[in-house]
Amino acid sequence: MPTPASRAVSGGAEVVLRLDGITKRFGPLLANDGISLTLRAGEVLALLGENGAGKTTLMNILFGHYVADSGTIEAFGRPLPPGSPKAALRAGIGMVHQHFTLADNLSVLDNVAVGTERLWRPWSDRAAAKRKLLALAQRFGLGVRPDAPVGDLSVGERQRVEILKALYRDARILILDEPTAVLTPQESAGLFDTLRKLTADGLAVVFISHKMNEVFAASDTVAVLRAGKLVATHATASTDQHRLAELMVGRAVKPPAPAALVPGAPVLELASVTVASGHGRPLLDTVDLTVRRHQVIGIAGVSGNGQTALAELVSGLIHPAGGHAALKGERIDRADPAGMVRRGVARIPEDRHSAGLVGAMAVWENLIAERYRDRDFSRLGVLRRGAARAYAREVISAFDVRCPGPDARTQLLSGGNMQKLILGRTLAHGPDLILASQPTRGLDVGAVSYVHGRLLEARARGAGVLLISEDLDEILALADSIAVIHHGRLTPLLPHGRVSVGQLGLLMAGHWDILPEIVDAA
Amino acid sequence: MTEILDILVSAAFWTAVLRIATPYVLGTLGELLCERAGVLNLGIEGIMTLGAMAGWMAVYQGADLWTGVVFAAGCGALLGLLHALLTVPLGLSQHVTGIGVTLLGTSLSYYVYRLVLPQASTPPTVTPFQPLDLPGALAQTPLTYLALALVVLVAYVLYRTPVGLAVRLVGENPAAAEAQGLNVTALRIGAVMAGSALMALAGAFLTLSAFNAFFFNMVNGRGWICVALVVFASWRPGKALLGALLFAVFDALQLRLQQVAGGVLPYQVFLMMPYLLSILALVLVARRASYPRALMVPYRKGER
Repeated sequence: MPTPASRAVSGGAEVVLRLDGITKRFGPLLANDGISLTLRAGEVLALLGENGAGKTTLMNILFGHYVADSGTIEAFGRPLPPGSPKAALRAGIGMVHQHFTLADNLSVLDNVAVGTERLWRPWSDRAAAKRKLLALAQRFGLGVRPDAPVGDLSVGERQRVEILKALYRDARILILDEPTAVLTPQESAGLFDTLRKLTADGLAVVFISHKMNEVFAASDTVAVLRAGKLVATHATASTDQHRLAELMVGRAVKPPAPAALVPGAPVLELASVTVASGHGRPLLDTVDLTVRRHQVIGIAGVSGNGQTALAELVSGLIHPAGGHAALKGERIDRADPAGMVRRGVARIPEDRHSAGLVGAMAVWENLIAERYRDRDFSRLGVLRRGAARAYAREVISAFDVRCPGPDARTQLLSGGNMQKLILGRTLAHGPDLILASQPTRGLDVGAVSYVHGRLLEARARGAGVLLISEDLDEILALADSIAVIHHGRLTPLLPHGRVSVGQLGLLMAGHWDILPEIVDAA
Repeated sequence: MTEILDILVSAAFWTAVLRIATPYVLGTLGELLCERAGVLNLGIEGIMTLGAMAGWMAVYQGADLWTGVVFAAGCGALLGLLHALLTVPLGLSQHVTGIGVTLLGTSLSYYVYRLVLPQASTPPTVTPFQPLDLPGALAQTPLTYLALALVVLVAYVLYRTPVGLAVRLVGENPAAAEAQGLNVTALRIGAVMAGSALMALAGAFLTLSAFNAFFFNMVNGRGWICVALVVFASWRPGKALLGALLFAVFDALQLRLQQVAGGVLPYQVFLMMPYLLSILALVLVARRASYPRALMVPYRKGER
């Protein structure tokens, strides 16, 4: 991999994009505060910042999804009309959204070509469209099958389609919103190769990221956003990770430091557990896993490889078709969710909005949702609202949930406070097993370190933690041992420190042939 | 058994099948267009009633038959515009709005009919379309041929033209459509209006081709059958034609079986038959149907 310095763009290259004083408010929140940026042909600009720093808002303004309250945008020397993706496309700006904007039921070619011909043309020239698509794919090394339905593609392939969609429309400026969030380390490296081919061709690239290592792997210039403001712009080669991290967070950050603990008795034991999927390959395929007290077990994998099924199994939402599952020695093959809660399982669900909380209900109602039938909170089928509110006030203060009070509507809380609410609901009762699915997805650095701290506290207290995460950095920071999930199968536990990021990436991509050498070495 | 075979080989039977199928073909195509753009249109029953009344009324007031047909389609498109405005820019519930449009379309039709003809006790008649002078089952009225041509046209537009692809994308993923510079609102409104015009044509066929007068309750649930046929057809025009024909076969068959076996079973059993068989066909065929992903999901720009 060439060093970023060797690819540094000369200061004389043409300025292709100029943002001047972009300001955008959402109600009381100042999402972008007078941001000015320039981008030159052949340059890769990394937009670095925490979640909620305003990176995506800025790019959505650039692409016309939002209209800025003030400020102007110039592309190739011409002012860009605000609020129109069509105008942005015409000006040569292409965007690869974090949540891909592809239609699963349509073919790759349809997804790429739609909207590129005059709408009322009485026929479509599909043969020409296919030729153009294949030529682009070959030129930039983005292999795709034009006639495959997008629904059949892997995440990496979908991203290639998104990039081709922009190139097909002759984009000269490409915006990528958190492009590596869904990729394995190897796929990310492939993406960076593609970006280099694109910039060699004179394209300018903006990519949004909150991961430091990517900034250094792929960018020429880095712009740091914090709380809606542009705090610094540097040539990537002239700065370092430490400095960028401080700029991004606004203070020094300490990584979590798990204390060394001796694992205790097993709390969760899965033996050859299989979960059928109704059709095709099983969701979980003969999975063996043991989680002990004083232990964090990390499950790494690319999304959609069985993580959801594993979480649902441990929550009692689905039952194994084969094998044995036990909690503290007791069989749980047919347990229901309420039974699992009673047995001491704390659940932090993957999607806090859809499965974790009921947004339209009050904070106190959500806090007692798992145990409203307890004597503490209901008697003879009538809720004891006073007791529930008093309990809610306790949890709110113990877990530092920032909200107006127990009667506040839950959906008005920020993501970080919602997650604290869930932690409070589940951890207040001293659980034996904590099932944490994506516990910090979408949270800012402060909230992430709070969640990590609470999980490590529970581990020190004697709980076992099953941490399912797509964020490899999170797993490496917390887990004592790591297992990789791929196509519903789980590797044996690999002790942290005995396995490299590269090896984990290969395992996540399904190259399990390297497994024997890791296990032998460990 | 031989009676059924006798029925199945007679030309008169197949003539009836094509005639019965026509409003289902048109209505199903219309619903299919709306749903492909992501809008469920339960206003279909009311739009068909309006089309039946408006087409007939125009002809009764002295317009020629084709003018009546065009007028009916225009009225349908207008009622479709109402449904589209409520469900697309305002994003109201498509179910509730659709049922409202059906109630409005039906009562409006009866009201206008009574307003113009307060005294009529026996419904007045017009001279309807006549069957073309062709042999056997081909002796159909022009509207039946129009319906068959529209199957081909709708399929061509959806699968072979840029605007058809845009409509399909809007029904699958409106955010993607917007990111490609398409106008989601305009495409959805346009598709609903075009689909509603087809539904009104189905109604006009009843008063200007199949019969020669307008009765209350004459649409009689045909619109709801079309909604089911769209699912049966997996949102494909060719299969919609097949489904409409299949349903018409059941219906024509039950009419004739009533005459043959009417003594043995009460006639209501035969009336029930096409509906029962449709449910069965739905169960068998539609389980694997892949519906438009954004069906019934209102799209609001800038929302995540």
